[in-house]
Amino acid sequence: MSANEIKHAGLNLGDTDELTHGQAGSAVFGFWVFLMSDAVIFALLFATYGVMLPATVGGPTPASEYKILSAFLETLTLLTSSFTFGMVSVAMKHGASRRQLLSWMGVTLVLGAAFLGMELHDFTTMFGDGAYPTRSGYLSSFFALVPLHGLHVFFGSVWIIVMMVQVMTFGLDARVKINILRLSLFWHFLDIVWIAIFSVVYLQGLIR
Amino acid sequence: MMTQGIWPAVLGRFDWHALPFVRAWENPTASEIIGAGAALLVIIGAVVVVVLITRLGKWRYLWSEWLTSLDHKKIGIMYIVLAFVMLSRALIEAVLIRMQQAAAIDNAGFIAPDHFAQLFSTHGSIMIFFMAMPFLVGLINYVMPLQIGSRDVAFPLLNSISLWLTGGAAGLMMVSLVIGEFSTGGWSGYPPYTELAFSPGVGPDYWIWAVTLGSIGSTLTGINFAVTVYKMRCPGMYLMRMPLFVWTSLCTSILMIFAMPALTVATALLALDRYLGFHFFTNDLGGNMMNYANLFWLFGHPEVYILILPAFGVYSEVVSTFSTKQLYGYTSLVLATMAIALLSFTVWVHHFFTMGQNADINAVFGIATMTIGVPTGVKIYDWIWTMFRGQVRFTVPMLYSLAFMMTFVLGGFTGILLAFPPLDYLVHNTLFLVAHFHNMLIPGLLYGMLAGYHYWFPKAFGFRLNEKWGRISFACWVVGFYIAFMPLYVLGAAGVARRTQGMFDPIFRPWFYLAGVGALILVAALGALFVQLWVSIRERDANGVFAGDPWDGRGLEWSTSAPPPEYNYACIPRVHGRDPFFDAKRRDDPYAPPASYDAIELPKSSMTGPMIGVVGAATAFGLVWHMWWLTIIGVLAIIATVIARSFARHVHQIFPPDEVKRTERRWLRAVAEATPTSREVEMTSVNQGVAEVSS
Amino acid sequence: MSGPNDSKRDEIRSYAIGYCVALALTGAAFAAVHWPSFASTTTLAIVLGLAVVQTVVHFRFFLHISLRKSARDDLQLILFSMLIVILMVSGTLVILFNLRARMM
Ligand code: HEM
Ligand SMILES: [Cu+2]
Repeated sequence: MSANEIKHAGLNLGDTDELTHGQAGSAVFGFWVFLMSDAVIFALLFATYGVMLPATVGGPTPASEYKILSAFLETLTLLTSSFTFGMVSVAMKHGASRRQLLSWMGVTLVLGAAFLGMELHDFTTMFGDGAYPTRSGYLSSFFALVPLHGLHVFFGSVWIIVMMVQVMTFGLDARVKINILRLSLFWHFLDIVWIAIFSVVYLQGLIR
Repeated sequence: MMTQGIWPAVLGRFDWHALPFVRAWENPTASEIIGAGAALLVIIGAVVVVVLITRLGKWRYLWSEWLTSLDHKKIGIMYIVLAFVMLSRALIEAVLIRMQQAAAIDNAGFIAPDHFAQLFSTHGSIMIFFMAMPFLVGLINYVMPLQIGSRDVAFPLLNSISLWLTGGAAGLMMVSLVIGEFSTGGWSGYPPYTELAFSPGVGPDYWIWAVTLGSIGSTLTGINFAVTVYKMRCPGMYLMRMPLFVWTSLCTSILMIFAMPALTVATALLALDRYLGFHFFTNDLGGNMMNYANLFWLFGHPEVYILILPAFGVYSEVVSTFSTKQLYGYTSLVLATMAIALLSFTVWVHHFFTMGQNADINAVFGIATMTIGVPTGVKIYDWIWTMFRGQVRFTVPMLYSLAFMMTFVLGGFTGILLAFPPLDYLVHNTLFLVAHFHNMLIPGLLYGMLAGYHYWFPKAFGFRLNEKWGRISFACWVVGFYIAFMPLYVLGAAGVARRTQGMFDPIFRPWFYLAGVGALILVAALGALFVQLWVSIRERDANGVFAGDPWDGRGLEWSTSAPPPEYNYACIPRVHGRDPFFDAKRRDDPYAPPASYDAIELPKSSMTGPMIGVVGAATAFGLVWHMWWLTIIGVLAIIATVIARSFARHVHQIFPPDEVKRTERRWLRAVAEATPTSREVEMTSVNQGVAEVSS
Repeated sequence: MSGPNDSKRDEIRSYAIGYCVALALTGAAFAAVHWPSFASTTTLAIVLGLAVVQTVVHFRFFLHISLRKSARDDLQLILFSMLIVILMVSGTLVILFNLRARMM
């Protein structure tokens, strides 16, 4: 078994911290399996959204509600946060200073919060237009799918805060490192789900 | 009184009529009195347990050795205890259903329609989610890590959390007997009937949250088991050397990981409809209840294979051991298991052939369904060939295996009939279907779990179960099954709808009487099982098998003491073939002590699991009764618990080498002192857990 | 064998490449819808195609899933998950659209 062996998705610690790398195998793999299970939940909500898309019952429609610029900005924000989380992983792996690590985490957190703010703003606008979930089957399915992603981002942000506190209290012990690895998978995974939402929900709804 | 002041905020929609005692007092019909009696039974049961534990002074022991334990063996045992408790309740409910239907021919019977509907809903939900799932998860928990030569599962804490989520959900089912009422929507909870418009009460909410908690627990269990099998095997345990029970556990776990989310989505969307006025499955504003049937069975069909595959694994172990023969067609059994697991995702439409999609879609899914018969048939042949020219012994687990093979094939035939859409149109939703799935699940799940229980009980507790009572119970389970369910095929073919509270045509009466007798025999079977346990505990000294190998076992699990030490193996074993312990006994001395022992690190117990389970159930209770304060506190408490736990360090305990050495010495001395048993007398008290090996 | 410093540079580069490609793909999808120049079904196909490519890019550059032998567990898991997801989603759409059409 060589140190450089790839044991799990995401960044592997083999060439800088062999000890943690040894434990990370099943810990990170397990989390990855969980994400796949979560992906099925999202997939079924997408399918439900597809089924309910025609059920607008004379109410608001995708074309009348979605704002392409704001969805695009949200996408850019999340993509950027994925890159900054990549920098968190690199900093963690290569023993960067604690300040550098924490600042990358902080930047990611801010981007996550910005995303949530924009999304919330979208939702309030929709509510103001009379596009709320109890209006129609279509809006029900929209408000089950998209806010669930937002909820994930919210919990991801809470998790970032918890990990920042842990970095400050414990430094980078094996458990902190493993949890940052898991968090990175979570964050990048949410990005993929968002790409699906951006394409299937927003862009599809706005195609003329 | 309770609709004034702050009471509505505190108690939500609770009022006195939620208590069955009040209802029975005001309206003393047989139906209400039975309801109140059941509630009383739950309360008395709980009080007796509490008093007993207090009198024996066992709270501390129970808490620190069991409830907070992260040991996969103890968690497994707790799951199985839960399964037996829930089995008892669900079986009594089944008898009540049977009695009502026998009584209610051209007559109102003694159970009111609404109460009757609760009975079949709780019976079905409990049997599937709180009897079958805990039983198989418990068995896998106990056996699988031992079989792959591991000291625990991959995530011991998660294991405890899953147990407690399941336990909390089962507790919610019990509470629904005492406070409020249960759903009348069947185990599948189809809307729009379960929507607010038609079922405004608490019933469907109990169902939703109990099932949701249970399914989250099962998803986490599936992840845990799959990672354990993938990453925790001992050296030499290649995939194609794993015991078949491990293979079926792996496939079942994979099904759990990918199928349970569909159930979570279905129940969550139904909850959104009921709580926040969404329109997923409502009649108005674009709701589409057909999507519920679709989502539910995307889970539901894989679920039946989640239930049946572990039993297949048990049969593979049992048949091979009690025939003293290598499993015939190992590779084909593995491939068949994988094929079944994959195919089970491609057949869900057969549960709603009559919904109205076109004949082509039905045909595709009908053919896919029939295809599953092929790998299943392969398995049956493999087991038969395993017995062929083997040294077959008719022990209780072997008897269950044989009864399974014959009965299951019968159920499979009726399944092939149902897979044929035009025929399904005729018997859809009749007792024919009820007969069919009991014909699959009783042999394909219950017999398998009972076979596993008898087979591994000596390993878990260090003594064998009484043979005589085991046989009596076995006979009752088999005879009772045939008498209780064969009549239902007749009735169903004659068009009697399932879930029917009363009938008019007297021509059905004899069949319902017969089925009722069968149900009573099944109760006797369960009773005999409990008597057996009692008798076996009393005579445990005569039947001890501390040395650990009562059946000339083949897999690693038999190579340690019974019960195994907390760390399972003093040294992680290394295997060289498919039947490592069986071969080792024939090749060299499998009991040779190692040159030295190392310290062993295991996880410490943790109260996180009980916390999350109990608070989770309380949160769900708050949701059911609209006690929002309870829900909010509960959710925050769960989040806080998880975060606090992530700060815990020093979560391991160490077994020093001396202690390991002492434990191992004691066991090896017992092995040396025991007289090896030949297979002819393994069912007598001569058996001390060391097998006589002739080679 | 590469030392930690090489791997650090490679890793940063991998994230940066992923980021740039992802931005380009998202931008392209956005442009296809914002300045429509094809029939709507073609545009939809383009958008979905770009989304699939972008998913692969994320897997490759952010999640570091590779075809290397020692990482096969993850790849197999993803492929199996995709299979199940495709079965479930396409089945759901086919069945429910069929039901819808037959009720109209
Ligand atoms: C052991 C003896 C058992 C008896 C006597 C029994 C009896 C019954 C009866 C009478 C019904 C209602 C039929 C109707 O709708 O008219 C029923 C339904 C059902 N049973 Fe059992 N059962 C037994 C075991 C099991 C087991 C082991 C399972 C599953 C593991 C199971 C799962 C179900 C389910 C899912 C339903 C459907 C409930 C519904 O309609 O929603 N039963 N059973
Ligand atoms: Cu099925």
